[in-house]
Amino acid sequence: MPPSSLTSARIPFYRNVRVLTWLVQLLFALGLAVFVWLLLSTMLENLRKQGIPISFAFLTQAAGFGIAEGLAFHPSQSYLTAFGVGILNTLRAAGIGIVLATLLGIAIGVARLSRNWLLERLATLYVETFRNVPLLLWLVFTYAAIRETLPRLREGPSLLWGTVLLSNRGVALAWPELSATFPALRPWLLLALGLGLSTWLWRRYRAQHYHPPARARALGWACAVSLLVSCSGFLWTWWTAPLPLETRVDLEDNTVFVDRNRNGTREEDEPGLPGVQVTLTTPQGRWVAQTAEDGTFTLPEGVPSPPTFTLTPMPPVFWSVPRIQGFNYRGGLVLSPEFAALLCGLVIYTASFIAEIVRAGVLAVPTGQREAARALGLSERQTFTLVIFPQALRVIIPPLINQYLNLTKNSSLAIAVGYPDLFSIALTINNQTGQAIPFVVMIMLAYLSMSLLTSWLLNMVNRRLALQTR
Amino acid sequence: MSMVTKPPAPILPPPQVPRSLIRWLHTHLFSSWWNAVLSLALALGLAGIVQPAWHWLVTVAHWQAITVNLRLFTVGLYPSEQLWRPGALLILLAFLCGGSAAVYGDLMWRVSRTLLLGCIFLACLLTAPAQLIMGGAALALLAGYALGRYRCPHRWGWQLGWCLSLPVVLLGLGGVEGTGLVSVSSTQWGGLLLTLLLAAVGIVASFPLGLLLALGRQSTLPVIRWSAIAYIELVRGVPLISVLMMFAVLLPLFLPASWGRPNMLLRILVGMTLFTAAYIAENVRGGLQAIPRGQYEAATALGLTWLQSMRHIILPQALRAVIPALVGQCISLFKDTSLATIIGSLELLGIAKTVIEQADWKSVTGGVVFEVFIFTALIYGVFTYSMSRLSRRLEHVLGVGTR
Repeated sequence: MPPSSLTSARIPFYRNVRVLTWLVQLLFALGLAVFVWLLLSTMLENLRKQGIPISFAFLTQAAGFGIAEGLAFHPSQSYLTAFGVGILNTLRAAGIGIVLATLLGIAIGVARLSRNWLLERLATLYVETFRNVPLLLWLVFTYAAIRETLPRLREGPSLLWGTVLLSNRGVALAWPELSATFPALRPWLLLALGLGLSTWLWRRYRAQHYHPPARARALGWACAVSLLVSCSGFLWTWWTAPLPLETRVDLEDNTVFVDRNRNGTREEDEPGLPGVQVTLTTPQGRWVAQTAEDGTFTLPEGVPSPPTFTLTPMPPVFWSVPRIQGFNYRGGLVLSPEFAALLCGLVIYTASFIAEIVRAGVLAVPTGQREAARALGLSERQTFTLVIFPQALRVIIPPLINQYLNLTKNSSLAIAVGYPDLFSIALTINNQTGQAIPFVVMIMLAYLSMSLLTSWLLNMVNRRLALQTR
Repeated sequence: MSMVTKPPAPILPPPQVPRSLIRWLHTHLFSSWWNAVLSLALALGLAGIVQPAWHWLVTVAHWQAITVNLRLFTVGLYPSEQLWRPGALLILLAFLCGGSAAVYGDLMWRVSRTLLLGCIFLACLLTAPAQLIMGGAALALLAGYALGRYRCPHRWGWQLGWCLSLPVVLLGLGGVEGTGLVSVSSTQWGGLLLTLLLAAVGIVASFPLGLLLALGRQSTLPVIRWSAIAYIELVRGVPLISVLMMFAVLLPLFLPASWGRPNMLLRILVGMTLFTAAYIAENVRGGLQAIPRGQYEAATALGLTWLQSMRHIILPQALRAVIPALVGQCISLFKDTSLATIIGSLELLGIAKTVIEQADWKSVTGGVVFEVFIFTALIYGVFTYSMSRLSRRLEHVLGVGTR
């Protein structure tokens, strides 16, 4: 008897594995569908009782609430715009957080590997302290510490020679700022970019075709060329920026303006001139002030009635140092207490995890690599930067991606400190409209697309760094 | 031809380096000029921080804010005349721990020892009613140990005890109508009690679900596999607070109106469990993938069914391989219970926030932000640190990496 007739058509369907697997899947799918249908129908029923139809039409209606941070937003703008502002706020917090946490994390991770006992102990203390306590605790208490324990605006401490001001109104940092002469610098920057790019391409082309060792220095050359062009552009624009001949100073309200009709007084249609540096020379000394957007400038206290002015143009980019004016900070980069607390908490907490990842990555490089590099005569620093760290990166990158995603998701805890990120704005929208399903869909879509984007970008980096094997 | 053979050189012992403070300082702090500068700078900076910090800790800080509110921190708003109930439940759990220590040995023994020392320490530190409870817990632990050692060395008895403990704790805290136990609404539970309860229920409930999801993701049946993948990836893509908030807002919508509104604790627990399950599933999947194919094939060749091979061959190895990751997940679940504060529940962090806002302490210069912060962080730190110690011990006991 041929074996085929033994098996064929004898297996009853209830013992046939193929039939059974399909049956199981069918039952599972049916069960799932019934479950989801039950939930949805109950929800629709409940929503109908409350009189809220599900639709996304509300997104175009006026939001009716203000947003304290991020892009300028008016309550009459739509819910969708509000959500967009929220997304940008989240990206801002997450983006800055990722950069700072990476820098701090690498520093702490390397410090944990240091041969200096004190440094190593301190880094360990840092990691163990910050990793073992919930992030929300850090956030809540950083915020409380800023709001409750820091003094009021005028009594706040000023650190690092006045470049950092602290108070319960937030943190103000000295920061490079664009002045009114910046547009003149723009072509120079474009030129720098173009020249840098062409240098890079040219060096790569030359390296591939004629002179292989030159390739390694392509990026360095490109950066050097760009930097040189931008710097000369900066100096050129600064020195040659013209002041209109009719520029006058209005001494009554401290304004620099363009006297179009040359009558010496300021009219309604004569605009203030921003970006002018006003130097006052008096027998008592020299004072420097600069004009704001509307052309006004503030004289420091104690300046006697000024006899002479010198007007010079501002550099296109200048170092703006914060100062207190009225009830707020003026100039510099001002971080609100909410943003400062969120950023501080996220960075400190995530850095402790990144430090451990970096340490594990460096320890994963075989000792032989270090010994071989030292035997070749590389210095301790060269060994680390040229041999150990590039290899450690391969181990570090995948878990690092995970930490970046965690940080992005953790930024939703902003709601605890009142920073208007995408989650808290979506929640406000949900509270106002009662549109629960669109709320869930919007949250899911926003976070999922951010996660996917981040992991896609970093996976590309990972693929470039991965070991090239056959 | 004669060969001249030299006798091999004698093997010398490693050079004896005399241990001295100077040598230690030289190798650890002053090995190069750069290290010396660094050490000195760090030491100076440390001295500049430690001295004022110590001064603040000892003389300025208002630790009364903690001692006065100790009851809030431990049990929240639980009615004071019912406080014997959490106390009795603690004693009961201590008893179970002691008994398991006698029956299971090593790991449970270590847990019980730590618990015993903690109870005795707290009993010495605290005052009247709490002191009695802690002392009682220590005694109950010893009694349980004696019982397990000499009278009841059966595992099943203690296992049954543990299985019943969670419902007993929940019923004991919540009370049963018609008996002597007055009902206490779950909105009154709080502090460390609620934090521990959330973490315990979360871990216990999410583990089986995570296991099922991991098996589903490894399944050869496409419908089941894709459902599991969709669930895991969707949940892992969104932050926990959004899941919690969705359940807080949406769970009443999804349930029939006749069931009434589910209480907030339940919504938080459901959200936390469903969220953690997705992460546990990924950890377990890592373990499942680490098992060589031969193990699956050998199990099939022995004629074991799928369930049997999972139960006896695959899962014991897979779970053992991912203990650190699983305990890490438990630690992060423990830390994540603090998110319940945002939903408005008064667990440890929620209580800490209310203490800061108390009128008595708000009027003190600078408030009591730092005192409360240090105390709360210390409690979280003690628990997470002991969990990670436990994980290391568990690996050792199960022989990870040695067999």
